[in-house]
Amino acid sequence: MSTRMQASPADSAPTRRLKLHILRYNPQDPASKPHLQLFEVDEAPSMTLFVALNDIRDHQDPSLQFDFVCRAGICGSCAMLINGRPGLACRTLTSSLGERITLAPLPFFELIGDLSVNTGKWMRGMSERLEAWIHSASEVDLRRLEERMEPELAEQIYELERCIECGCCLAACGTARMRQDFVGAVGLNKIARLRLDPRDQRTDADYYELIGDDDGVFGCMSLLGCQDVCPKDLTLQTQIAYMRRKMLRAAVFSGT
Amino acid sequence: MKVVYTDVLVIGGGLAGLRTAVGVRRRGLDVLVLSLVPAKRSHSAAAQGGMQASLGNSAMGAGDNEDIHFEDTVRGSDWGADQRVVRMFVNTAPKAIRELAAWGVPWSRVARGSRESVVNAEKITITEADEAHGLITARDFGGTKKWRTCYTSDGTGHTMLYALGDQTIAHDIPVLERQEALALLHEGDRCHGAVVRDLITGELTAYVAKATTIATGGYGRIYKVSTNAIICEGTGIALALETGVATLGNMEAVQFHPTAIITAGILTTEGCRGDGGVLRDVDGHRFMPDYEPEKKELASRDVVSRRMTEHMRKGKGVPSRYGDHLWLDITGLGRAHIEKNLREVKDICEYFLGIDPVEQWIPVRPTQHYSMGGIRTDHTGQSPTLKGLFSCGESACWDLHGFNRLGGNSVAETVVSGMIVAEFIADYCETEGGELSIGTGLVREFLERERQRLDALLEGAGGESATALRERMEAVMMDKVGIFRTGEELEAAVQELQELLRRSRNITVRTKALGANPELVAAYRVQKMLKIALCVAQGALLRTESRGAHFREDYPQRNDRDWLKRTLATWDDEADDLPTIRYEEIPVTDMELPPGFRGYGTRNHVDHPDTAARVAEVERTLAELPEADRFARQQALMDYESLLPEKYRGRNERLTERL
Repeated sequence: MSTRMQASPADSAPTRRLKLHILRYNPQDPASKPHLQLFEVDEAPSMTLFVALNDIRDHQDPSLQFDFVCRAGICGSCAMLINGRPGLACRTLTSSLGERITLAPLPFFELIGDLSVNTGKWMRGMSERLEAWIHSASEVDLRRLEERMEPELAEQIYELERCIECGCCLAACGTARMRQDFVGAVGLNKIARLRLDPRDQRTDADYYELIGDDDGVFGCMSLLGCQDVCPKDLTLQTQIAYMRRKMLRAAVFSGT
Repeated sequence: MKVVYTDVLVIGGGLAGLRTAVGVRRRGLDVLVLSLVPAKRSHSAAAQGGMQASLGNSAMGAGDNEDIHFEDTVRGSDWGADQRVVRMFVNTAPKAIRELAAWGVPWSRVARGSRESVVNAEKITITEADEAHGLITARDFGGTKKWRTCYTSDGTGHTMLYALGDQTIAHDIPVLERQEALALLHEGDRCHGAVVRDLITGELTAYVAKATTIATGGYGRIYKVSTNAIICEGTGIALALETGVATLGNMEAVQFHPTAIITAGILTTEGCRGDGGVLRDVDGHRFMPDYEPEKKELASRDVVSRRMTEHMRKGKGVPSRYGDHLWLDITGLGRAHIEKNLREVKDICEYFLGIDPVEQWIPVRPTQHYSMGGIRTDHTGQSPTLKGLFSCGESACWDLHGFNRLGGNSVAETVVSGMIVAEFIADYCETEGGELSIGTGLVREFLERERQRLDALLEGAGGESATALRERMEAVMMDKVGIFRTGEELEAAVQELQELLRRSRNITVRTKALGANPELVAAYRVQKMLKIALCVAQGALLRTESRGAHFREDYPQRNDRDWLKRTLATWDDEADDLPTIRYEEIPVTDMELPPGFRGYGTRNHVDHPDTAARVAEVERTLAELPEADRFARQQALMDYESLLPEKYRGRNERLTERL
């Protein structure tokens, strides 16, 4: 039976000496200049970039800055450029990379230092701008049965709700390069998610006020970078295209 | 001297902290949340499987109610829980889930009609009623009599945290990210706020508040391998300990989850077993029915983890270069189910193990997972000894879980305790006792003290390394304060931890940066973590019985006669090398459900002398009420409703119990 015969994870992994070139820069230190620093690490079986970076900080350079929280691909803290491509470092196995690995902080976001960027601050600002929460005028009586929802609709909402606000989509976005105020696939996906939800009582005209411009849904150039790098495989381009159509419709019918 | 004033300071931006903040804001108070990380990245997001609430909507949950949830929770706790708190919790959980539903959590819903499911490794057909269609559904979890765990696929914590994070923004509550509290401001028996370090700039600020709430989660990271996020280091709980006034409860009660993957220690949800997954050994044999004929894989976590370890000790583990493990087999559930309801598990298997769990078995072993212990509070969430200090969620011991927590009761506790404690905080702030009475001299003194402590680390010549001390601590906890404990090993653990604590006073930080400085952070955190580790190890050494997750091989019996009590730890003097341990009785005479056999695990306990009398009293009371409904019968045994904030009192509607 095939399920029984598997080897334990990475039992056969060969030992390599990894060469990690890491972008170092501390904006708080006037003397600091951005540069790549080389660290060498002996690869271990099942090693992820989380393990490798902690190994470097624990045993080579305690000043190295990076962000991990869940280290399981769930929280979105550790997005960085891995050989130039945005991705989650915690769930990237070194065995999936060559011996030479380049790590740089995510572009677009404010740099805190080395590989650490301030995605949280940007995401909060985006949420405030887009009023990205359920808007409902009705007070719910918590003692009563909950409102019903079609099971399929709940699943569809969850599908879009899976975004972890890691920032990869913005790091891979052409529009974001040019427009610092672009709300990105993360913002547009959030509006698509709220629009799908009957508990959010806003109309398309309301959403149009929030995303009906070049910083919103009309700023997207459909380069598809966001969807290519999304660690949660969200259908970002479909959502953006759909929202663009709905927003156009809202504009036409409201006479805007 | 930088001082910020607010009514309520909340330390911790996970589910418990955010729900507290929203609650006090709705009462019109000014509130600030401090968080090590962006709030939506908190460890709450990692809760996969679900939240227990006795809605009873789905066919397999039919007939469920607060009474059954109460009994399951008390049995799960091995009678360590405060039964009044359990009652408050089970009565509020349905309200909490309905509130979250209104805030946008896309709870998985009941679909009318028949579907195939797997129970006890056999395919069965479940038929859902028409009238339940579209209501919130539930799955099976360990230690429960009904399917009660409500979920959104296996991303429950994520959807809850995002809904609550969004509400926090909607309520215009500032969440100050990358801020770390270093010490509580306190004088006598009153807490006044905290001294806080900005992790980006290194700046120290005093936050002065009428009420301070610690909601910082557990202390799993004192162990070498834990399912916890790396920020769950117990340093928030240590803030309370270091006051020398506040007490910690039951710190030795540490839960090991049966199924974390090797080697990363990442959790695969209990939903895997709840949905029909089984555990297998080196021979492919499903072994849990041999040990637990009734509950099998779905006994409580402490029991399953012990049975797995016991089985591996018999040579039935699967050898690997990382030590032995067992197999979690969910192949029987089918691709459609796994890709819909266990997709995070599938992702984790693919990314970290390179396997497809639809086809292959998952290598797992028991791993540190949850901290039942925490800051001792009363049922209002307030420290009984340090007024103005509140705590809720995993960082608190109020005490819902006793010596073992049921799966699905922790995310439920975060929001339920946040709802309840927020009301009591607001009440407190509105009383005269809640008014601020703190001079700037005290603030200056505390800021200066913390500044000096940081300077000592930066300028110290002791030469000790925080990393080395931490690695040793993690190993000691793992090897000597784990699932099976003995007096001899615990004694050795306490001794070595004391030595490590003394050495931690001589750490030298090589990186002198005043701003962002991960080495400095590691140094002051390990000092706090060692104190927490000592509370766990010393509590475990002194507790010469086995209860829930605390198992002593040299004292395998649960001993109600001598140990039906809660452990309280304080750190009386900064120069001490050990916590001071005291105990408080858990009175049998008040219990709605007097101690007995849990229904799983080994039947092996010594009765408390009051148990027989209380059992007789309960029987007599119920016999006198043959006609009464379940609410009246409950009320006759133990009052709890008067303890709840008024707005959360009252019954919960169900399909079968209309209001």
